[in-house]
Amino acid sequence: MERDDIYEYSLDTHHNEEEGKKVRKKIYQVLGILSAITIFEVGMGMKFSRVESMQEILKYSFIALTLVKAAYIVLVFMHLGDERKNLRWIVLATYLVLVGYLIFICLTEAVYAGEHRTWDPVIDAFKSLVGGGGAHH
Amino acid sequence: MSAHATTQPTDVKTLWGGGTSPFGISYGKMMMWFFLMSDAFTFSGLLTAYGFMRHKYHDVWPVAGDVFTHFPFYNGHIELAYVAFMTFILIASSVTMVLAVEAGHRMDKKGVIIWMFLTIIGGAIFVGSQAWEWYHFIHGTEHGAVREFIKDGVWVKEVFHGANLRVNEYGHPLFADFFFFITGFHGFHVFSGVVINIIIFIGVINGTYHKRGHYEMVEKTGLYWHFVDLVWVFVFTFFYLL
Repeated sequence: MERDDIYEYSLDTHHNEEEGKKVRKKIYQVLGILSAITIFEVGMGMKFSRVESMQEILKYSFIALTLVKAAYIVLVFMHLGDERKNLRWIVLATYLVLVGYLIFICLTEAVYAGEHRTWDPVIDAFKSLVGGGGAHH
Repeated sequence: MSAHATTQPTDVKTLWGGGTSPFGISYGKMMMWFFLMSDAFTFSGLLTAYGFMRHKYHDVWPVAGDVFTHFPFYNGHIELAYVAFMTFILIASSVTMVLAVEAGHRMDKKGVIIWMFLTIIGGAIFVGSQAWEWYHFIHGTEHGAVREFIKDGVWVKEVFHGANLRVNEYGHPLFADFFFFITGFHGFHVFSGVVINIIIFIGVINGTYHKRGHYEMVEKTGLYWHFVDLVWVFVFTFFYLL
């Protein structure tokens, strides 16, 4: 029987020239996709970052595009998409459930904290400056 | 990729019977994944806290487009251009890293050396760019902002420039706090990634991994490097774009 307690061992670390070509093609495709998304995002950001009516749609499309980029990096560059199913889901499911919950709870509480914000010296000072006043005291 | 673990039969009965790796990866890669997950939770916590405060103080939160407008050798203001350049550098270095891993799979030592070298250069450019960005954020604009505070019982006004952990001329000081903390933590990851890459790079040049018969060390450090890129994708969106 093969030993599994040896100090250092490795699996699936080789492929031949032909498979390498396929892998490289995929890498360059993903580079194209990631660059295109980034350029698109920066362009949209430059053009519409001060347009009030665009804020909502920008926010959600940026978050969605970021998740697409993250998926490509994790699944292709980090090779998780081609690992065994059990490893893939141990990593992804654990992360998504815990962080999903964290984001949910923080967003909910932030809305509450914002609505019930009372006196805050920093905010006070800034609002008076923005308003050109300074006669707040 | 087709010759990888997915194509092998994964019979549940034999999978956990011992003598084989149930997840189809080596011990080192498994531990790298576990480490990266804990690191991902740390960054998620930081970014979520940032989101919380930003949500709470949405009316006095600075627009990143007003803050990061500098570009080297150019006196005017261009929004987002430099950080877009930084992002591209990091994505490119991620690509060169994955190409180094691919070359390692073919036991192509020369290929690994070339691609890893480019990865290290990209990482160094990124760390330098971040230092440059911090410099401009700390120094601020020429006109600065006015702050008022009580000194000896009277209100006094003072002009200040830039941002630090206590004041921020562009808006709420928490923006500066989170910026320094999160980009600093990420920058430190990039820095340590470059150091780890250099260590592995020396190993590659010395032929350590070639003698061993596989380049899995390059793959492991590659996982870390891609993770750094992954975090930046989120930092870029939540700090600069939104």
